[in-house]
Amino acid sequence: MTDSRTPRILMCPPDYFGIEYEINPWMSVRKGADPERSKAQWKALHQTLVDLGVEIDLMAPVKGLPDLVFTANAGLVFKDLFIPSKFRYKVRQGETERFEEWARGRGFQIVEQPEGVNFEGAGDALFCGEALFGGYRLRSDVQSHQWIGERLDVEVLPMELIDPRFYHLDTCFCPLAPGVAIYYPGAFDEYGLSVIADRIPTRIEVRAEEAVYFSCNAVVVGSNVVLHQGAPRLAADLERIGFKPHALDFSEFIKSGGSAKCLTLRIDGEEAAAWKST
Amino acid sequence: MATPDPRATAPPSTTTDDHPTGAVDEIEVRGHIVDSLLLPKILDRILQMGGTFEIHECTIGVRRSDPSYARIGVHADSPEALDAIIGDLVEHGAAPVDTADARVVPADVATAFPENFYSTTNQQTQVRLHGRWIDVENQEMDCGVALDAEAGRAWCVPMIHVTVGTPIVVGHAGVRVVPLERARESTPFGFMSSSVSSEKPKAISLRSVAETIRATRAEGKKVLLVGGPAIVHTGSAEHVGRLIREGWIQTLFAGNALATHDVEQALYGTSLGVSLTHGAAVEHGHEHHLRAINTIRRAGGIASAVSSGLLTSGVMYECVKHDVDLVLAGSIRDDGPLPDVITDTMEAQDRMREAIRGVGFALLIATALHSIATGNLLPAWVKVVCVDINPATVTKLADRGTFQTIGMVTDVEPFLRSLAVELSTPAPGERPPS
Repeated sequence: MTDSRTPRILMCPPDYFGIEYEINPWMSVRKGADPERSKAQWKALHQTLVDLGVEIDLMAPVKGLPDLVFTANAGLVFKDLFIPSKFRYKVRQGETERFEEWARGRGFQIVEQPEGVNFEGAGDALFCGEALFGGYRLRSDVQSHQWIGERLDVEVLPMELIDPRFYHLDTCFCPLAPGVAIYYPGAFDEYGLSVIADRIPTRIEVRAEEAVYFSCNAVVVGSNVVLHQGAPRLAADLERIGFKPHALDFSEFIKSGGSAKCLTLRIDGEEAAAWKST
Repeated sequence: MATPDPRATAPPSTTTDDHPTGAVDEIEVRGHIVDSLLLPKILDRILQMGGTFEIHECTIGVRRSDPSYARIGVHADSPEALDAIIGDLVEHGAAPVDTADARVVPADVATAFPENFYSTTNQQTQVRLHGRWIDVENQEMDCGVALDAEAGRAWCVPMIHVTVGTPIVVGHAGVRVVPLERARESTPFGFMSSSVSSEKPKAISLRSVAETIRATRAEGKKVLLVGGPAIVHTGSAEHVGRLIREGWIQTLFAGNALATHDVEQALYGTSLGVSLTHGAAVEHGHEHHLRAINTIRRAGGIASAVSSGLLTSGVMYECVKHDVDLVLAGSIRDDGPLPDVITDTMEAQDRMREAIRGVGFALLIATALHSIATGNLLPAWVKVVCVDINPATVTKLADRGTFQTIGMVTDVEPFLRSLAVELSTPAPGERPPS
């Protein structure tokens, strides 16, 4: 039996993962990714999450959809509602149908956004406390965040992403708990930084040399933070405020522009989302 | 079959008058725009990109989850600059308010608009074509708007010039009026209010008119005088002659009467048979104006009478000598008339339309008929001062839509005399125009 407090996460095995196109500065079809090593890295994440008490929901991988493995971009979960992504790039648009199928099967009510806007799910929309922080311009449109705010009756705080390397909000901003987050300042303009400073009392700045290891792209389970190795200073900062870092190797996925967080979708609500406890 | 009227089917060849423009569009932004700093960011970006803004409406949500709303006018120097700004703002969630293009219907009846045509005002108007606002040229009240989508041009067209097939704007979608920029306190014209009163300090009003005429000439624009025969009757012809000689007036609209009595004065020293030196009626003086008309008709016109040495003084003489663009429009009560008078009113309107291009200031003196006719043709950004001893003349003008009119209720002779003196005295640092 599943305990209602059991953390639940959606993952998709990397059977067909690979670099088949280039839609962010990290991807290189020529360099590619190693299938065996990526499978091993994915399994290590899966095992770590299981060990942390997470119930994993697995999606069937689909040939020709190499990025289906990045389930964070499936959509946005809010209570029993699921807002599917509307991918900016055609090469990923085929994923939406699969994610919707999964959500329907899990009893979510699907809430469709109006046509003509781009929205890339939890990759660009993260709750921290009562507010939904949004990342816009590179992948999601700010209009999508405003629409979600109105539809869900929640406050949204869209922030412009200004560095193409950090093209999703979850590559440069990670809420740990209500009022607590790690973030890479270089990915935001002064307006976004003001919003973060104003609304998040406990902030850990990730240094540029560690941010490029996708350190902000972390999975939070309780007080555990699973992230890519190579960020010892961030790990120390996390420990200082009472979080336990779990450093794993995600190098094959980083070649595609994703790391731990991108490989997961929290089904029961992120740790930092205030609505989770209501 | 009527021959196609080029005035309706082709864009005007004259360039449209300068008016306070640039490019303007209105955007709206809604949602969580305050705490997210999107609204301040949008406003900052407008300024950073060289534009300016005006917040037309702003509603702030009460709770944090309540959306807010702002409607913002964005102004840039050129349509291209405005496009760049709006294009950028859309990325941050702003949306243009008006997204419909103007709708056109080809005229189906000559000299008439299609049903539901857009009826123009004298204010600067723009129509939306392919998503971009373009200025309507030759702005004039009580016209329709012809729109040549291929040429990307729109212009006011009077009903009488509509030919079958002319694309005419219908409805209000995709049409907007650009409000005039508010007059700044420091300009001489800003001092005067448009209310009509005989109890205003005349000296200050007069200096303001003189300053405005100087400024108009300094900008390279023309000054238009519209005058009635009272100018001659009151003995003011010499002041007008002086203003023309000194280069302060480039265009003159009048009727048969002003021209006739001016010539009468030049030839007989009377106006309506009254001696302008003694003030008394002269024997057989009532015949003078008709004899004057006859003399000019026999000479073949005013210009011929001047070149032959027959006419050697007066307003008409100065107009010929100084190349003033003179339009004499006739009316049903005219004697004669002088051969220079245009008796077809539609033709006279067209000549006046042509002549007002480039006019920056209009001085309307002692004529209701010609003042209202001129007011009908002038765009709202041309400054207008109406001087008349009868306050009703000024009120009539404003009531007929020439709302920019500033009225001065005074006798024309002291006004024109003082104006001529004021303008003859060079302003500090200025030279009189050549």
